[in-house]
Amino acid sequence: MSASSAFNDEKGGSSNVGEPEYGHDPASGGIFSSDYKRHDDLKEMLDSNKDSLKLEAMKRIVAMIARGKNASDLFPAVVKNVACKNIEVKKLVYVYLVRYAEEQQDLALLSISTFQRGLKDPNQLIRASALRVLSSIRVTIIVPIMMLAIKEAASDMSPYVRKTAAHAIPKLYSLDPEQKDCLIEVIEKLLADKTTLVAGSVVMAFEEVCPERIDLIHKNYRKLCNLLIDVEEWGQVVIINMLTRYARTQFLNPNMNESLLEEGGGEKAFYGSDNDDDTDDEEDKEEKEKKKTEATAIVKRKPYVMDPDHRLLLRNTKPLLQSRNAAVVMAVAQLYFHLAPKAEVGVIAKALVRLMRSHSEVQYVVLQNVATMSIKRRGMFEPYLKSFYIRSTDPTQIKVLKLEVLTNLANETNISTILREFQTYIKSNDKDFVAATIQAIGRCATNIGEVRDTCLNGLVQLLSNRDELVVAESVVVIKKLLQMQPEQHSDIIKHMAKLTDNIQVPMARASILWLIGEYCEHVPKIAPDVLRKMAKTFTNEEDIVKLQIINLAAKLYLTNSKQTKLLTQYVLNLAKYDQNYDIRDRARFIRQLIVPTDKSGALSKYAKKLFLALKPAPVLESPFKDRDHFQLGSLSHLLNAKAGGYQVLPDWPEAAPDPSVRNVEVPEWTKCSSREKRKEKKADKPFYSDSEGESGPTESADSASDTASGSESGSGSEESGSGSESEESNEDSESASEEDEEEEGKKKKKNVEKIKARKPVPESESEPSSGEEVKKSEKKSKPRIGSSESESEEDEDSESESSESEEEESEEESEEETKKKKKTTASKPPSKPPKKENKKEKKEMSLLDFDDFDPAPSPSQVTPLNNFLSSSLVTDLEGLSLTDNVLSPTTIVPSGNLKTYELLHRITGEGLSVEYCFSRQPFSPDPHMVAVKIQFTNSATSEAKSLHVEDAKLQSGMRIKEFPEIEVLPAGETVSVVMGIDFCDSTQAANFQLCTHTRKFFVSIQPPVGELMMPIFMTENEFKKEQETLLQSLGQLMGMNEITEKLTLEEKCQGEHAVVQRVTTAANLSRVPCGSDKECSPPVPPPPFPIHRFAGKTVTSGSLVLVSVVTKEDGAAQLTVNCEKMVIGTMLVKDILQALTQ
Amino acid sequence: MQFPAKMIHSLFLVNSSGDIFLEKHWKSVVSRSVCDYFFEAQERASEPENVPPVIPTPHHYLISVLRHRIYFVAVIQSEVPPLFVIEFLHRVVDTFQDYFGVCTEAAIKDNVVVVYELLEEMLDNGFPLATESNILKELIKPPTILRTVVNTITGSTNVGEQLPTGQLSVVPWRRTGVKYTNNEAYFDVVEEIDAIIDKSGSTITAEIQGVIDACVKLTGMPDLTLSFMNPRLLDDVSFHPCVRFKRWEAERILSFIPPDGNFRLLSYHVSCQNLVAIPVYVKHNITFREGSSQGRFELTLGPKQTMGKGLEAVLISSQLPRGVLNTNLNPSQGTYNFDPVTKLLSWDVGKINPQKLPSLKGSMSLQAGASKPDENPTINIQFKIQQSALSGLKVNRLDMYGEKYKPFKGIKYMTKAGKFQVRT
Repeated sequence: MSASSAFNDEKGGSSNVGEPEYGHDPASGGIFSSDYKRHDDLKEMLDSNKDSLKLEAMKRIVAMIARGKNASDLFPAVVKNVACKNIEVKKLVYVYLVRYAEEQQDLALLSISTFQRGLKDPNQLIRASALRVLSSIRVTIIVPIMMLAIKEAASDMSPYVRKTAAHAIPKLYSLDPEQKDCLIEVIEKLLADKTTLVAGSVVMAFEEVCPERIDLIHKNYRKLCNLLIDVEEWGQVVIINMLTRYARTQFLNPNMNESLLEEGGGEKAFYGSDNDDDTDDEEDKEEKEKKKTEATAIVKRKPYVMDPDHRLLLRNTKPLLQSRNAAVVMAVAQLYFHLAPKAEVGVIAKALVRLMRSHSEVQYVVLQNVATMSIKRRGMFEPYLKSFYIRSTDPTQIKVLKLEVLTNLANETNISTILREFQTYIKSNDKDFVAATIQAIGRCATNIGEVRDTCLNGLVQLLSNRDELVVAESVVVIKKLLQMQPEQHSDIIKHMAKLTDNIQVPMARASILWLIGEYCEHVPKIAPDVLRKMAKTFTNEEDIVKLQIINLAAKLYLTNSKQTKLLTQYVLNLAKYDQNYDIRDRARFIRQLIVPTDKSGALSKYAKKLFLALKPAPVLESPFKDRDHFQLGSLSHLLNAKAGGYQVLPDWPEAAPDPSVRNVEVPEWTKCSSREKRKEKKADKPFYSDSEGESGPTESADSASDTASGSESGSGSEESGSGSESEESNEDSESASEEDEEEEGKKKKKNVEKIKARKPVPESESEPSSGEEVKKSEKKSKPRIGSSESESEEDEDSESESSESEEEESEEESEEETKKKKKTTASKPPSKPPKKENKKEKKEMSLLDFDDFDPAPSPSQVTPLNNFLSSSLVTDLEGLSLTDNVLSPTTIVPSGNLKTYELLHRITGEGLSVEYCFSRQPFSPDPHMVAVKIQFTNSATSEAKSLHVEDAKLQSGMRIKEFPEIEVLPAGETVSVVMGIDFCDSTQAANFQLCTHTRKFFVSIQPPVGELMMPIFMTENEFKKEQETLLQSLGQLMGMNEITEKLTLEEKCQGEHAVVQRVTTAANLSRVPCGSDKECSPPVPPPPFPIHRFAGKTVTSGSLVLVSVVTKEDGAAQLTVNCEKMVIGTMLVKDILQALTQ
Repeated sequence: MQFPAKMIHSLFLVNSSGDIFLEKHWKSVVSRSVCDYFFEAQERASEPENVPPVIPTPHHYLISVLRHRIYFVAVIQSEVPPLFVIEFLHRVVDTFQDYFGVCTEAAIKDNVVVVYELLEEMLDNGFPLATESNILKELIKPPTILRTVVNTITGSTNVGEQLPTGQLSVVPWRRTGVKYTNNEAYFDVVEEIDAIIDKSGSTITAEIQGVIDACVKLTGMPDLTLSFMNPRLLDDVSFHPCVRFKRWEAERILSFIPPDGNFRLLSYHVSCQNLVAIPVYVKHNITFREGSSQGRFELTLGPKQTMGKGLEAVLISSQLPRGVLNTNLNPSQGTYNFDPVTKLLSWDVGKINPQKLPSLKGSMSLQAGASKPDENPTINIQFKIQQSALSGLKVNRLDMYGEKYKPFKGIKYMTKAGKFQVRT
């Protein structure tokens, strides 16, 4: 073949000679003439000084390469031009080099130094291109040079060069697999890269070099999930496929109970093959039910909770179903098919159906996958049944695949429409397609008992079709169907017996003969007659027909020897002299077996048993059955055979591996895994409760128990996440490690310095006392990263413990400065019973100091309202710290639940992306403001300068405290600042302009109502009292400030901690600990109707917000919100309702 | 065992007569003889489009696409998602078409150097590198007659002088430093209706697929938003990567920084059957009588639910049964043609005038003695309706942010028949 194509080349080449399209090429006449003397002038041109001549020569050489001509003898002449100034010449030389370097290794070395020089070029694009060519030259000697270049490029400043380095890795690996370990190091490094440019390429390198090192992914998993949408299309495909494999090893099967059922079904089908089909279905159901109960039992034992990381993957891949790239859509589809809970897989159907309108090759691949999916999840594609209808213009291979899908989708309800379609198809011109349709009808008939007779009748009608192929195919299918219930259809067998006169297709004749032989007892009169006719034509039959004639003769001889003895002997005699040795052998064998002679062995006794044994009906099943053990969308799946390099999709693990491996460590922080730390925390509890025992023995029991449940549920929410949206996984882990940190922080203060260094605190007011400032910054910066209330409380605790004395000292100095703030703070807790009013006034001094130290009424500060009663400041603070320590863990850690909102997309912002979240931390400069943490990421290539806020357009009363100007934000860097906004307790958006040195962007921040409040601490009794007061104060009008809603909790959130978590996520409230009897330890059954209470106050006006959720059985619940501000109340109810029912 | 060579190893271009006219290798050279397996499959297939897209051979796998009667055969060595390769090959063809206007054997041979340069940039070691047309055009300038002439005279090149900064930007699909004197943005809403109509004229299945093709020539870095009057119509959409998905999810507004030049912004799907108005009807009477060598053929077309717009460029085609020897038909308008070899009947109707419905009537002569064909031909209809999107989709407004000038904006609607079949 190659010779002939070479010949064609010649022809093609010569025909092109002198054609006008080569007009710009004066010497093109001989390009393809393979005249080797011609190469001399090419060499000459390459040696000349003129770039245009060089270019011309290179073009002709490349054209030669393109035609598959050998141009290797030009190597020395070409390689000289590697340093040519002309870009196009250079590029074409590269093309040549990459093609021939392998064959001319020594000469190729001449070019290396040029590339090595290029690697040092200040221009990133030149560096990248040098690396690209260098790594493409397959010369073993330069492996060390390549290795070095890759290593260097992997830490290059430019992400584009790093991407090129990632591309070079597989090249080097295929050149020298020995380098694997070194390369894995580079891959590990590049995997940590945060740019989208690199992600796709490095995962590709990972897949080629070390797909088994799944452990390298752990730390990058969340990042990859989050970057995915911005990665270029091809990278997305590779990443999604890899993550599918990863998820299969790291998470639990979301369909645990369902897969049990499936397994049951699979077994059933296997054993059920020899059962009669009618009973099949019932048995199936029974068995399924059994399995179901088993399954539910298992489920009860071990409730399945989806890992939040698993959810993250599903959530972040879903938008990609909208990609224009079929490969991306398919990758997401297979991910969902392999990883998603059954209920969610349906979303992919629509996208796959959309792909069917693409090019026919795409259709071909998609239909193969749909065929496999439709066996497992028929329901998914049922709504799109009509999209699989066949058009006469479809290519045959597409038609057959569509037919396959239609057959898989057929069930009792739609079978009539499908059969009507099939009827049209049978009339088609395309005979292969018609044959496939008849097969499909046969399969529908086997699968759906109701239509078996209809199908059979239809097929029998086809027997009178004019087209022989159609008839033959029908016969074969009818044969299979009849085997299932031969008794009822002797008339069909008779009808078919008549057909032997007309049908010439051997396979069909053979099938008819087999049928008659097999069921000769049902047609005792006709069978011998058929044999007679066949005996007549025996010599002219095809081999398969002859074999069946012998078969028929033998069977008849055994059942009806009287009539057929002579015929049989005649047939056997004919066969004895047949040309085909198979037939001769068969005849000899059968004669020995059935004709009793004195010599006949022991076997002849069993002849009847041998021939007339009941044969199992063939199972007509889809060729796509069980193909899903190959990863869908893969080449192996398409071919139904393992392709080289295929990575087996692992089965789900029995138990989930430790999810904490995905937590990303924060550099220079404690390396302790958060889990261990949490345990430690638990161990710490007794200490706190003990100490609390001094201050309030009655409460200690409550709070201690609360602590336990609180922290347990906290950790639970982090690990298993009960489906809550954790937007920033990084933050998640950060906060976790921070928690730990705080524990330590109590004892060691040196971390303070670190924190400060890490987060340049954008506070505008510089405080006089440096010692204080340090502490303050710790307070402020820490919570900003971390997200949970409890965290901040703890933080506060540690502070107050350690710094009481200093506070007292600094009191006076800073008094004046903070006077204003104090007042507002002081007047804040209106929740206080009126009788305490006086004392509060007195207390102001002490509060002042406190304010000074940290002017914001942070949750912990507001919390111990009751402590204001005590007169001595020291005891006050002591009490404060002690109670706080115990109380802090009572609130659930909504870590990672901080929702991030986009303020400025990186595209709109020209590379500057801005996100914000409500950090739920007190905003220190003004306690009446809501703290908004703003994170700037500069993904542009140049630095952004002087980021600041300008021109705020605010509703009346609203105020804004801008963050200090960020002078420079280098490319690729991220910085966070905090600004304060006083929303005046309304959800009106704050609009302002975000300015860089070049541009201004209009942005707006709109707070969810839940962020307009801050938590306060109350005991249960206080809560009740406040509730009452609130109800009475406003004219005793019920409903004025109490809103009650009934709701049904979603299944996932019926657990206590789930409720608490959701409420605290929706609104910045703190939990009111409830009676001790309720939640002390797991063994005690939960009370009939637990009430969860939450308290807080609005940031600006300090109005009390009280929320209680009463849960009843079956997920019924009642939500009550008390708040003076009706609007806030109503909106809050709406938000919490949504959080609880979603 | 090690399988180092993933992704695309080599590419062969094969024309309809089975000649390899271009080859490109990204790794070690694979012998042409690997294509023998492809030729075998090609021989086995009854029709060109029935060559399986994926062919396994002992050492390689061949994945091919057929476009413009050229097979693009990619050679791969180990596991790779087949769609990945197929999609890439189609992207290659699109790029060629974009560059040379047509993607024919002649065009590829004429521009073999540009083709090679393109392929070199599009794949690195078999893995796609730059597939965005904007980036490629920065790297390699598309050949134009003028440039060819200039290059011949001055010896300058068609390789971009400046480096492809697009590859580095956060908006990789848009080249930087775009400048136009006339700033204009055109959007074409083109809908295709796919339908199967049964014998009695009732609709078996009908769906609308639409695309919005854009031609945007705007200076600088414009940020566009496009909103619809009735976005709910869109049942299933797929976007150009430039479209901000979140914005669409939240507000049903298309917000994007467009690539420079022509691109497909969006494709969508309207499937709800009752939403799909069938704009044309066909009355047909095609009969073959047993024993007679004559058959009747009658066809009348008429407009239906076209929202007052005329049907244009109507073209009927039908594959008549093999038994038909010839036809003797009279069109009331337009021209008809019957190819006795392929048995393909085509009738170029042109415009449909509702007052005087076009018809095609006459007889068919059948092979003498042959039995009557048991199938009636399927009728494929093509048509166009200008200035209307059948689904009723309407663009509400187009806004531009980020740039100061006022662009010229234009939106055009059109409906076409996709795979529109009438069974008889």
